[in-house]
Amino acid sequence: MKAYETVIGLEVHVELATKSKIFCSCTTLFGGDPNTHCCPVCTGMPGTLPVLNKQVVEYAIAAGLALNCSITRRCKFDRKNYFYPDLPKAYQISQLYLPICRDGGIEIETSAGKKTVRIHEIHMEEDAGKLIHDPWEDCTLVDYNRCGVPLIEIVSEPDMRSAEEVVAYLEKLRLILQYLGVSDCKMQEGSLRADINLSVREVGAIELGTRTEMKNMNSFKAIARAIEGERKRQIELLEYGKCVVQETRRWDDNKDTSFAMRSKEDAQDYRYFPEPDLLPIEISDEWLETIRSRQPELRDDKMLRYEKEFDIPSYDASIITGSKHLADLFEETVAICKKPKEVSNWLMVETMRLLKEQEMEAEDINFSPDHLAKLIEMVDQNKINRTVAKEVFEKIFKENIDPEEYVDKHGLGMVSDDGLLRSTIEKVIADNPQSVTDYKGGKSKAMGFLVGQTMKEMKGKADPGMVNQIVKELLDK
Amino acid sequence: MKITEDTIQYVAALAKLSVTEGEKKKIAKDLEDILDYMEIMNQLDTEGVEPMSHVLPVKNIFREDVVINENNREELLKNAPKQKDGSFAVPKTVE
Repeated sequence: MKAYETVIGLEVHVELATKSKIFCSCTTLFGGDPNTHCCPVCTGMPGTLPVLNKQVVEYAIAAGLALNCSITRRCKFDRKNYFYPDLPKAYQISQLYLPICRDGGIEIETSAGKKTVRIHEIHMEEDAGKLIHDPWEDCTLVDYNRCGVPLIEIVSEPDMRSAEEVVAYLEKLRLILQYLGVSDCKMQEGSLRADINLSVREVGAIELGTRTEMKNMNSFKAIARAIEGERKRQIELLEYGKCVVQETRRWDDNKDTSFAMRSKEDAQDYRYFPEPDLLPIEISDEWLETIRSRQPELRDDKMLRYEKEFDIPSYDASIITGSKHLADLFEETVAICKKPKEVSNWLMVETMRLLKEQEMEAEDINFSPDHLAKLIEMVDQNKINRTVAKEVFEKIFKENIDPEEYVDKHGLGMVSDDGLLRSTIEKVIADNPQSVTDYKGGKSKAMGFLVGQTMKEMKGKADPGMVNQIVKELLDK
Repeated sequence: MKITEDTIQYVAALAKLSVTEGEKKKIAKDLEDILDYMEIMNQLDTEGVEPMSHVLPVKNIFREDVVINENNREELLKNAPKQKDGSFAVPKTVE
């Protein structure tokens, strides 16, 4: 078999985090009863006119700046015409001729090293409605709640060569957009959707092969599998002397295979033309600078800062900043207790363990930073020992309990009552004469056993330092 | 510029219009006249003239990102030839 190279470019649709839709004041909240987030504008009633949401332009510019694009200072919208019931106007308001951002790129890192994925353009457009195929009647039900939710479409150059690079690119993109606050990027709610353009060619070939487009990709895992599957399918065709047909394919993650949706034969002719209902946008120097000055610290910078400012290992910094939610939680907790290393440890060890155990994402964490900060203080002040702290943390993680109240209520506080400890230890020593003999005979390990027994008697609530000290004192008497 | 009847058929199909043979001839003639007129306009020297993106000298008309969700579903659905379970019901679409 010849050696092949896979060439991949992505079109990523991102729903913006605005409160209202792009051209009307309806809410953008996810879900809701069908057609309850709608008005005459987003349902395409005759005579209605769109008015552009300023925040959409600002988010698009913020995304463009973070993705190193040049901003189109005079831009406008165009109409993309097609008949499909998900768009009641029979056209989508989008941008073709003067997209708001162009010529950007981001650096990704994979096992193969660092590389830049160039971004061809970013344009603004409106999302379409949702079609539900009625199982009982031979008809399709249309819900326009999502219709008119603002989108940006980020179009990359065909610069990726493997599924690993695609996932690295998407992950980087998602983090940048989340840090900017431009989108929540929840793939399961469709806030980030990727179309994959893929072709193969012999290694060393200059011309690109015929590409196919795969839609309906809603998880990184599905994307990686779809790329693998489509790459194999195209290589097989070429190996058998057949041609790849330019077409749109739908990946079926359950069947682990893709099938043709529509071929380029009946390719759509969208008859784009300038949108007459909207006015041109002119982005002044001042406006651009205002947006630039508001850009928050992004992931890469934050990661470096954590290493430098808090002396946190780069691996830990990368995990914590790998989710904006986790990074926010980290910073808020550190601001309260001023113990970055301790906070980092709780997040890296116990939080990660529980996330895995509960099959949750970092985004799902919902305990409050002051509860974690309090717990750290309590350990620091020897009010509870580490074993109890872990148990309490699990409660914080799962139920966001107040650790102080919880420890009081369940009597988990550390026993540092000298008299009680002494009497318990005396009893343990009396019950274990063999260990005492062993210890006196030079087996220092025997002391560890007695300490352990004491901790057991005390149900883990004794201060281990004190126990050690008293056991030794009594044995050496 | 010559407009063929095939072009008319194609454009009509894109716009989901059905045109009779007689209409095709008339439309072809109309479109040819329009395009011929464009040809005349194209002879104008537009060197250094900004392309016009809107007839009126207005720009940057925005609304603030404020939600006014009125939920007038009943009203909106009144326009639908068919509705079901709060949704617009349309002939089955198959992708």
